[in-house]
Amino acid sequence: MRDISTLIIGAGQAGLAMSHCLSQRSIEHVLLERGQVANSWRTERWDSLRLLTPNWQSRLPGYTYTGDQPNGYRTMPQTIDFLSGYANQIAAPVDSETTVLSVDTSDRGYRVKTNRGDWTCRTLVMASGACNIANIPACAAELPGDIASLTPLTYRNPDQLSGGGVLVVGASATGVQLASEVQRSGRQVILATGEHVRVPRTYRGHDIKWWMDQTGVMDMTLAEVDDIRRARHVPSLQLIGSPTQETISLDSLQAIGVQIAGRVMNIHDGKIQFSGSLANVCRLADLKMNRLLTQIDDWIDAEAPGGVTEASYRLRDTIIPSDPLLQLDLKAAGIETVIWATGFKPDYSWLNVPVITPRGELRHQGGVVDAPGLYALGLPFLRRRKSSLIDGVGDDARDLSRHLASYLGQTVAEAA
Amino acid sequence: MTQTQSANEQLNGVNVGALLGAREALENAPEAAEFTWKATSEWKDGAHTRMEMNGFFGLGEEHARSKTFTIDSDHPEVFAATDVAPTPIEIVLSGLAGCLTAGIASVAENRGIKLNSVKATLEGDMNLYGILGVDSNVRNGFSAVRVRYDIDADASDEDIAALVAQSQKRSAVFDIITNPTNVFVTVA
Repeated sequence: MRDISTLIIGAGQAGLAMSHCLSQRSIEHVLLERGQVANSWRTERWDSLRLLTPNWQSRLPGYTYTGDQPNGYRTMPQTIDFLSGYANQIAAPVDSETTVLSVDTSDRGYRVKTNRGDWTCRTLVMASGACNIANIPACAAELPGDIASLTPLTYRNPDQLSGGGVLVVGASATGVQLASEVQRSGRQVILATGEHVRVPRTYRGHDIKWWMDQTGVMDMTLAEVDDIRRARHVPSLQLIGSPTQETISLDSLQAIGVQIAGRVMNIHDGKIQFSGSLANVCRLADLKMNRLLTQIDDWIDAEAPGGVTEASYRLRDTIIPSDPLLQLDLKAAGIETVIWATGFKPDYSWLNVPVITPRGELRHQGGVVDAPGLYALGLPFLRRRKSSLIDGVGDDARDLSRHLASYLGQTVAEAA
Repeated sequence: MTQTQSANEQLNGVNVGALLGAREALENAPEAAEFTWKATSEWKDGAHTRMEMNGFFGLGEEHARSKTFTIDSDHPEVFAATDVAPTPIEIVLSGLAGCLTAGIASVAENRGIKLNSVKATLEGDMNLYGILGVDSNVRNGFSAVRVRYDIDADASDEDIAALVAQSQKRSAVFDIITNPTNVFVTVA
């Protein structure tokens, strides 16, 4: 049994950022990584995925992009290289191929069992990701057995699909990207959408992510939102990182032949039922997009930044089919695959500390978990809107490392 | 209930403070959020039926209303009925209007928007081949429902559109009409 001040579970952007911050404070620590650095990016992403954020937007503590394509979007191999470069630069003490089996409280902190030996630690940082498990609605269990069921964690490329039609459920970043790729592969796609967040890829000459960064939207903190639960569950933006800065939307998908329908409500007897609320969820998304663009326009008027030559404009409202699909007989419609792009959740099955709410959410205040010396990092809106981004986790790591250092100082003082 | 507003602080007569307080209280008491709505009905004659509503279950107990409310339903003369009351179909449409409009008032209150008038016109399309059994491919119910709001409020067109959209998002009857529900009908 080894003992250490701090263990970090996970060596992705969150764990590495925390490692750097702890090193700066001379706090002894080790990162336990079930695979290699950036494991989720290596093993749980589809082949064509590129980051949704431009290359410049990856400012980690002590590390940033220095290449000649600041406005490009990283492929997965480039993302893995980028994070591996960070791990090397900060000499992160990573124990690779080390899977955490359980975490229990102990008299002086936490006892962590792994497949490569056990540890005790006084403080523990859970940086194991927000997307470990694909969230699938209960009705998925009613899918007929001869229809293939995939999640974004198991989907790799269209070649793994049969030639038949594909129902993509969910129209956030993942769903719209997969709908586009599968439709372009020659398979008919139906895309079912509940509430979603529509944005143009670029606006008035800049990437939408640049505007959201400049105008302070990404820096919004817990104190600035009135409903933190809602803020933590806002769907990801309908964006794709493509070399041509393509804007992806329900309209662009309909233009290549994707059929859109409302949210999946029920599956029974081989038939799938969609909500009749398609028009309203599209209207909500159009209104919300326009509010964001107005916020950007207002900021431009107030700040008068140089180089903005394009005038303000609005995108056309989403085109709603005149008679949206309400029910579909999967077999009769030739649907052979369903891809559930219905979100993700973190995996805490190894955590034997009573900090999970009945809804399965971690009980924490800005990453300070409701158990002494336990921290979480890299979750949606942990402390800021940007918390789950490579570009955003650094500020959270700085804040939480300060808290952690102070906690260790206190416990040392108590022991003395 | 952690907050209340006095009536003269309200723009639209909605005690939004009490609603938000209730939401907060119910988040910490999930059982109290389980409600059951109730109605009874008794056939009168022909297509004429009278429904009564008094009491619902919620917050862990039965509640009585201030009085027994009644709604009659009937069919129009072209259906060879006595036309003494609206059709059940029109009652469904009016339920949608009542629910969405209450929602608009609440959302407007919460957003500090004063409503001057809120009028809705509702239409539900129906092909009678369904209920008459002429064509099994035609459903009995609405093929489409349209609601047109005419709202005068101290707000921009976009803000008014957002009120209406948000109200649909939070509406029980909008959900009841747009999404499937398991219905169990038994005979005592």
